[in-house]
Amino acid sequence: MATTSATPDSPLRRLSTFLYRRPVLSLILLLAPPLLWLGVVYLGSLFALLIQSFFRLDGFTGQVVRQFTLATYAELFTRANLDVILRTTAMSAAVTIVCALVAFPLAYYMARYASLRVKAGLYLAVLLPLWSSYIVRVYAWKLILAKEGILNWFITQIGLGQVLEWVLSLPVIGGPSLSVSFLGMFIVFVYIWLPYMILPIQAALERVPKSLLEASGDLGARPGQTFRDVTLPLSFPGVVAGSIFTFSLTLGDFIIPGIIGDSSFFIGRVVYVQQGTAGNIPLAAAFTVVPMVIMAIYLILARKLGAFDAL
Amino acid sequence: MHPDNSSIPAVHFASVSRHFGEVRAVDNLTLDIHDGEFFSMLGPSGSGKTTCLRLIAGFELPTQGDIYLYGNEVTDLPPYERDVNTVFQDYALFPHMTVGENIAYGLMIKKAPKPERQKRVEEMLELVRLPGYASRKPSQLSGGQRQRVALARALINHPRVLLLDEPLGALDLKLRQQMQIELKAIQQQVGITFVFVTHDQEEALTMSDRLAVFNHGRIEQIGTPADVYERPATAFVAGFVGVSNIIEGEIAKTITGSPEKFSVRPEKIFIREVGAPVSPDDYAVEGRIRDVVYLGVNTRYLVEVNDTLDLTVVKQNLRATSMSALAQRGQPVLLVWERNHNRPLVGN
Repeated sequence: MATTSATPDSPLRRLSTFLYRRPVLSLILLLAPPLLWLGVVYLGSLFALLIQSFFRLDGFTGQVVRQFTLATYAELFTRANLDVILRTTAMSAAVTIVCALVAFPLAYYMARYASLRVKAGLYLAVLLPLWSSYIVRVYAWKLILAKEGILNWFITQIGLGQVLEWVLSLPVIGGPSLSVSFLGMFIVFVYIWLPYMILPIQAALERVPKSLLEASGDLGARPGQTFRDVTLPLSFPGVVAGSIFTFSLTLGDFIIPGIIGDSSFFIGRVVYVQQGTAGNIPLAAAFTVVPMVIMAIYLILARKLGAFDAL
Repeated sequence: MHPDNSSIPAVHFASVSRHFGEVRAVDNLTLDIHDGEFFSMLGPSGSGKTTCLRLIAGFELPTQGDIYLYGNEVTDLPPYERDVNTVFQDYALFPHMTVGENIAYGLMIKKAPKPERQKRVEEMLELVRLPGYASRKPSQLSGGQRQRVALARALINHPRVLLLDEPLGALDLKLRQQMQIELKAIQQQVGITFVFVTHDQEEALTMSDRLAVFNHGRIEQIGTPADVYERPATAFVAGFVGVSNIIEGEIAKTITGSPEKFSVRPEKIFIREVGAPVSPDDYAVEGRIRDVVYLGVNTRYLVEVNDTLDLTVVKQNLRATSMSALAQRGQPVLLVWERNHNRPLVGN
């Protein structure tokens, strides 16, 4: 670059001077590609989707009727479809809560106590699974959770086979084996999305100055009180950020419910099936609106509860 | 040292050490801080003064030795079980709470009833001259205001000892001088023992009843500001507290007749013409003015005595103007000071 810009009147140099004098133009040039990408490709397809959801499928001809109607949305409220929505939301909520509970201690250790070496090692351990394919990891879990799988074998070896059988005999979460039960699906969801919870919480905890914790103790608060009154409120935006990931990723996932569990329908799978084999694009579109609405409600609630006050 | 047997010391260190690996942050320290005094710990960064404060607060535990607060051993007690409060260097205000909630934090922990909390918060805000600020967030305050809130938050608990860790370090000069006076006034008003850590010798001299000068994890000298300034015990104290001329060896022998090391303050030295009579109560040495720095209120002269020694002399500009002062550059002069302003020094 030094050689090209050395000659005073080179076109490159004149261009750079021209842009330097016009910061707004430079900004537009820099932001245009990502904004166009987001605007056209993302918002455009979202808009197209929304339009589709207001059409309906003619049951006799199998053709989409391109006329405004709320009939497709009404279909969401049939018993079977409501079950799908409730099942997916409950699973997402459970996965999010358990991810937060599992992630917090690890994130806390990483932010507060780990030496630089240990922290680097833990970062690697958290991120390493993301280097291998999602499908491969889910199939690996199917084998781990299978009746003949290593987990079942291990639990039997340590004498807890009875406990596992009892858990699997429970209604709703149980099943013939872990790999075909909601419990198994839940385990895999927690495993798959855990990194997305650990990293934001760790980043939030990292930003809480140590002197605040010392000040709290200095003013008479025991460690538990300091955690409740200082650490938790200040790191809560990180928990919310992580929960947005785990909640929305579980809401929209269509692969894990197809591989693990008893083939019950989840929102993602319904969308996949409706727009594919069934060819009912309007219903698929209406179903994709559901997670967006749930997320919007979730964010409004989080805001109301003061989750973003410490930002 | 003023041994005061009538009352138990507020803080007592008995041979306390705190080592961080190889580093001896605090090295076998024995120290008494009296009840109700304004005590400063002065020293350069890394001299152990902040570690000392953190040992009193309980954020650090000593490697060796014992710490007592009003006669009770607290060596291994956690911070929340010690009757001391701290004003932190970065103030450490809770960003998610209002000013009022910050100040009331200690009372909330003690489960004081809400009306009492509110009343006490109002009183504290009055004391630190921030009435009506209770509902603001710390982020809406200036540095000086945050400093006052941190002070109020610590004082509301009526601690027996208040620890202040360079609380004025982040403020600009004017505000710092104003806060020095206010802090001292508040201390006299509430009558609590203040332990004040600073690296600013002027601050320590202005505010303290007594001060300790720290160096390499040890105390070089403890005394009243006048004691430490007028009679520095070691070369380090002479150099760190104020400016000193330190004279030793051959040149000391030609002046005093003995090669013992001594110090003399720049403002104690007078500049006379060469050949002027010298009284038997004075010491004198000849030199040449090498440099003149005009400082407005006074002028600083750098006088070359020989190849290895320059003496600093400060003179108030009672009559001199910058012109007349600067014109003296290069002149041979006679430096004269009273014999009793010589301070013999120990150590290096």
